[in-house]
Amino acid sequence: MTAETVRTLPPLGPNRPLSVPPQAERRLTNGLTVIAVRRPAVPLVELRLWMPFGRADLARGALLSQTLLSGTATMTSVQIAAELQRVGGGFSAGLDPDRLMVSGAGLVTGLDRMLELLAEVLTGATYPDTEVATEADRLVDRVQVAQSQPAHLARAALLRRIYGRHPYAVQTPEVEQIRSVTAASLRRLHADRVHPAGAVLVLVGDVHPERALDTAERMLGGWKGDGHPVDLPDAPPLRPGSLLLVDRPDSVQSSLRVALPAVGRTHPDHAALQLANLLFGGYFSSRWVENIREDKGYTYGPHSVVEHSVAGSVLVAAAEVATEVTGPALLETTYELGRLASVPPKPDELEQARRYALGSLQLGTSTQAGLASLTSAYAGNGLRLDYLAEYSAQLTKVTVEDVAQVAARYLAPARGVVVVLGDAALIADQLGVLTPVETAEST
Amino acid sequence: MAARRSQERTGPTRSTDQRAGIPPTRYPVERFTLDNGLRVVLTPDRSAPVVGVAVLYDVGIRSEPEGRTGFAHLFEHLMFQGSENLEKLAHFRHVQGAGGSFNGSTHLDYTDYYETLPSNALERALFLEADRMRGPRLTEENLRNQVDVVKEEIRVNVLNRPYGGFPWLTLPPVMFDTFPNAHDGYGSFTDLESATVADATDFFRRYYASGNAVLAVSGDLDVDEAVTLVQRHFGDVPHRPAPSRPDFTEPDLTAERRETYADRLAPLPAVAAAWRVPDPIADFAAYLPYVVLAEVLTDGEASRLVERLVQRDRTATGLSGYLGFMGDPFDVRDPTALLLEAHLPPGGDVDKVLRTVDEEVDRLATDGLPAEELARTQARMATHLLRDTDAVLGRALRMAVLEQQRDDPGLLNDLPRLVGEVTEEQVRAAAATLRPERRASIEVVPGGAK
Repeated sequence: MTAETVRTLPPLGPNRPLSVPPQAERRLTNGLTVIAVRRPAVPLVELRLWMPFGRADLARGALLSQTLLSGTATMTSVQIAAELQRVGGGFSAGLDPDRLMVSGAGLVTGLDRMLELLAEVLTGATYPDTEVATEADRLVDRVQVAQSQPAHLARAALLRRIYGRHPYAVQTPEVEQIRSVTAASLRRLHADRVHPAGAVLVLVGDVHPERALDTAERMLGGWKGDGHPVDLPDAPPLRPGSLLLVDRPDSVQSSLRVALPAVGRTHPDHAALQLANLLFGGYFSSRWVENIREDKGYTYGPHSVVEHSVAGSVLVAAAEVATEVTGPALLETTYELGRLASVPPKPDELEQARRYALGSLQLGTSTQAGLASLTSAYAGNGLRLDYLAEYSAQLTKVTVEDVAQVAARYLAPARGVVVVLGDAALIADQLGVLTPVETAEST
Repeated sequence: MAARRSQERTGPTRSTDQRAGIPPTRYPVERFTLDNGLRVVLTPDRSAPVVGVAVLYDVGIRSEPEGRTGFAHLFEHLMFQGSENLEKLAHFRHVQGAGGSFNGSTHLDYTDYYETLPSNALERALFLEADRMRGPRLTEENLRNQVDVVKEEIRVNVLNRPYGGFPWLTLPPVMFDTFPNAHDGYGSFTDLESATVADATDFFRRYYASGNAVLAVSGDLDVDEAVTLVQRHFGDVPHRPAPSRPDFTEPDLTAERRETYADRLAPLPAVAAAWRVPDPIADFAAYLPYVVLAEVLTDGEASRLVERLVQRDRTATGLSGYLGFMGDPFDVRDPTALLLEAHLPPGGDVDKVLRTVDEEVDRLATDGLPAEELARTQARMATHLLRDTDAVLGRALRMAVLEQQRDDPGLLNDLPRLVGEVTEEQVRAAAATLRPERRASIEVVPGGAK
């Protein structure tokens, strides 16, 4: 063994300021916005395209995203995939309640070809009957597997509780709905909604931004179709009430979820709320994690995050806890929320969270993939990368009083919607001593 | 640069056609060894103000003692519970309070600890890693707390979900006969609960030696300054030599092995099959074609098995193929395997899927593959490799493991090119070895629970 010498933590060196990489933007005549960002670290290009897709039929939208790349008049799904591979590329398409999203990456020498193939499917996807039938079966299987995942079931129950009759309330289609989708209805949905107007394409990588815009304009300029704006109603305010206990017999853990009110990226409370969330459960060195994991050992990976959607934002705290300590875990959760909402934090605790938030911005923008996803997400809120500087400045200015105020406004346990999925026979009494409980069958 | 290849076209003509050459990276590599035996790799890149720091110890799941399944992973947790000059929780707070992120992970052959941070925190990260290399605080209280945390981790990832541990925990006991290769690396609750502080002290003394470790630092650093900082913080870590590594080899299979088990939470059948492959370290040239083969078979809609099983026959709904039970072809030693994993539709026929795999592999071995098919697979693999190294942390981790297992961190720069140089004959020859009599497979029978 070594003789112990007392060593002290070295101070941090001077901070290198956050720098925004070179970029260019153009709105094409067809209404498509293209943003190109230069980060030449590796000879690749990242691609993100999103199209507004709110209020689309859930089953049709999901199946459209799974078959957008399944064929055109001149190419089969295998040819499309093979042609993308030739330039080191690949696309995947996905759907959320706001958008249809195509993502990919490939060798930068293949940017022209990737965009040409993207245009090919955007303007000419045919949704062949056979491929649609195959993908419908695959989607049904995936939905069935999701329905045996506790995290999925807990999320579905929470969304229903949060959103009630709002379109966000259900985000996974039913098996029967998927089975009733026809290829013809996908072609109609494509014609109605897969449009350049209001869509945003982000290209990040070893590109010269202006030249990348020229390429995008050349390849995607012929994509036509006018969007007709589809407005989502604002998300309803949270309605706190009884804890919803969803029964999952024989579950060996309980999935604890708490939803709390939150605001979007452009709201004046945004930066302070982000920091308040970090203090509560948004990073490992948070009160919640240090309490229910590092002190009590109730759970492995508790985490809270502010989720932003077009129609509203919500803070969701999630933990999978041992069945026998479900009640105590809820107690500590309520305690930590209540403590933050009632008692101002210590200045050094805020400084630690602030440095984490600022450092995360530097790390998040240090890769092509990170920059692409951030640029795309910001664009979804009408923001551009220069918002990084503004957001950093806001984070720097947040005071202890600001955090105390937003915590009282947003993180108060009295405002929370609580859902627990678990073995009701073993946990209903544990929860019932803490709060009124309403029990539902798992679906 | 990659050798030029002739081209074939399958799709419509294109305006700017050239087969994408596979570009190299040129990350510089500085290597040195401290007097205490610690091997150090530095790879500067000043394009963003961030650094990655990785410390690897040459001990993993295969080295844990019988009766102590899961111990390598449990010990990884204990390395975060405080050290000579750091209270419990201090490590997390110091990394995150500098704007960074941290983690650790336990693999078959090594355990890694890492941070990625704004570059002004480099010295802090080195201090934190050196402090726990000198000695973690191993206490009864921390041990019991982390046993509880690990049990919840196992419940999340294995026991409370469908397909938990499939196939990385469920296939090795079919394929292998010896404890190091076959046992459950997450560990049984009984073994985890039996672990003692004395076990941990012994494990640390034996395996967490300076001579058994590699430090890699990547990103926004000046090499001379970084050398000084590494010396300052790690120079007085006491010297302890690396333990000799046991021989984990096992003979190849000579007859097919097949097991099934019921998963009460799984709604649909699934199967995973594995074949032994050449020694990834001692015979890298023979190993690499298998890495390419796995992608030819399963990477994307235009791959052999996806086209056949998912699109044409519809006997499978999802497919993946990869090298190594934990999915990384370049971080594992012998013995290891090529794996194929298939998820089936309701009532799906596993035998039929395995027969079709045999048929397609046979066709590949017999008829070979067009140059165009090989070249596009290699181009896609290059993208994946380059993308993984774009993050400074990915680069530090990858170089650390290449240093530890191969004394060659610079191999990272060569991987896309080497993958691109694998020939059609080599892929065919690799395919020819995937015979049913060398195969171990595990089938998941759906338990019917919703």
